[in-house]
Amino acid sequence: MAKYAFFLGCVAPLRYPGIEKSTRVVFDKLGVELVDLTDASCCPAPGVIKAFSKLTWLAAAARNLALAEKMGLPIMTICNGCYGSLFEAAHELNNNADELAKVNEILAKVGMKYNGTTKVYHFAEVLANEVGVEKIKAAFTKPLAYKIAVFYGCHFLKPTDIKGLDDAEAPHILEDLVEATGCQAMPRKQPMLCCGSGGGLKAAFGDVTKEFTLTNLENMKASEAQFIVDVCPFCHLQFDTAQKELGFEIPVLHLAQLYGIAMGMTEEELGLALHKVPVKL
Amino acid sequence: MEFKSNPEFEQQLAALGGADAKLCFQCGTCTAGCPSGRRTSYKVRKLVRMAQLDMKDEIINSEELWMCSTCYTCVERCPRRVPIVDIIIALRNMAVAEGHIKPAHKKTATNLYQLGHTLAINDEIKATRAKLGLSEVPPTVMANEKAMADLKTILDAVKFDAIVKE
Repeated sequence: MAKYAFFLGCVAPLRYPGIEKSTRVVFDKLGVELVDLTDASCCPAPGVIKAFSKLTWLAAAARNLALAEKMGLPIMTICNGCYGSLFEAAHELNNNADELAKVNEILAKVGMKYNGTTKVYHFAEVLANEVGVEKIKAAFTKPLAYKIAVFYGCHFLKPTDIKGLDDAEAPHILEDLVEATGCQAMPRKQPMLCCGSGGGLKAAFGDVTKEFTLTNLENMKASEAQFIVDVCPFCHLQFDTAQKELGFEIPVLHLAQLYGIAMGMTEEELGLALHKVPVKL
Repeated sequence: MEFKSNPEFEQQLAALGGADAKLCFQCGTCTAGCPSGRRTSYKVRKLVRMAQLDMKDEIINSEELWMCSTCYTCVERCPRRVPIVDIIIALRNMAVAEGHIKPAHKKTATNLYQLGHTLAINDEIKATRAKLGLSEVPPTVMANEKAMADLKTILDAVKFDAIVKE
């Protein structure tokens, strides 16, 4: 049985706990064991923390990586930001002895050490490459037929030279995962356009972020999509909270929630009451 | 304008992971595909050129330095494989070291320092978590004072507290 240290991050547990709940239920039904990465912190957020101080980012990420290493488990994230941050920190520390030594001097202050062995996975990658579409299909109990705007976000696939999961411009990994439910992934213009939230842009220049989101929403609406399905709570937050002001009402689901629906979870279990754009199934 | 070489800036940029700025041959593919550049005065090619020309003061004082959403479109399309996002992060580190910090970013950083997360928990979330059968407080540093103290010690060791308190 596959087993992962479950990394929660910030937005899912603290704004959309239904995403956390759905992930726990879905992976349990797929026979993947998720063990809480107890005592973990924020990944930390690369857009602000890495931009402020690279060493701070690396040291705090190393603490999270060391906690998983002690459990002897790879990390699974449910957020592109956490994935990007922890994957890149692991890539840097696991391949650079000097950086690792520098970070270990800091971790030693709290009696910790990171040996550079933790691997980091995105939950959609685990679904596609570890579980596989056939096994996933067998676990679904409720056939679905929604038209979906698939939203990759940026840090699930990019930078591709170190992640190597799929093509940056014309990927299909998420379309395959979404269509396994019976839903239809609708083609649209600029499917890989950023939601606009990353890099500290949302906090510092929220109006610019909304312009990114607006273009995405216009393209999604033109594609006749009934739902937006994302793989990142930060993209999820932006699409869910910005739509009212922008004059759109396309409900937003995290892929784990879509899978929860296909596995028969109720609206209450999916935590849909917290969504700003009403979700009617 | 006369070109003034600044070896100290070049060393700093390299130490922070931005050494490959010199690989850029200014084709502009980055700016052509940049979703932020399409909507703002931010021009990636110009920023990388400014880095090549050691224009530290102009860079760290510019608003545009903070307009990149780190979407990596430029990095994916760059024919020279210049790690543009890494360069921007390195330049932002230099700007922050000299006190150029946006209040909204400081708030996120302060949350990390005080809570271990970028967001706070509230009663509505606690109640929903309990209703979903999840622990009221997530099983992270938020639920363990010793773990939070460890994180603070680490953040103090890298002098993050100074950035947050400034």
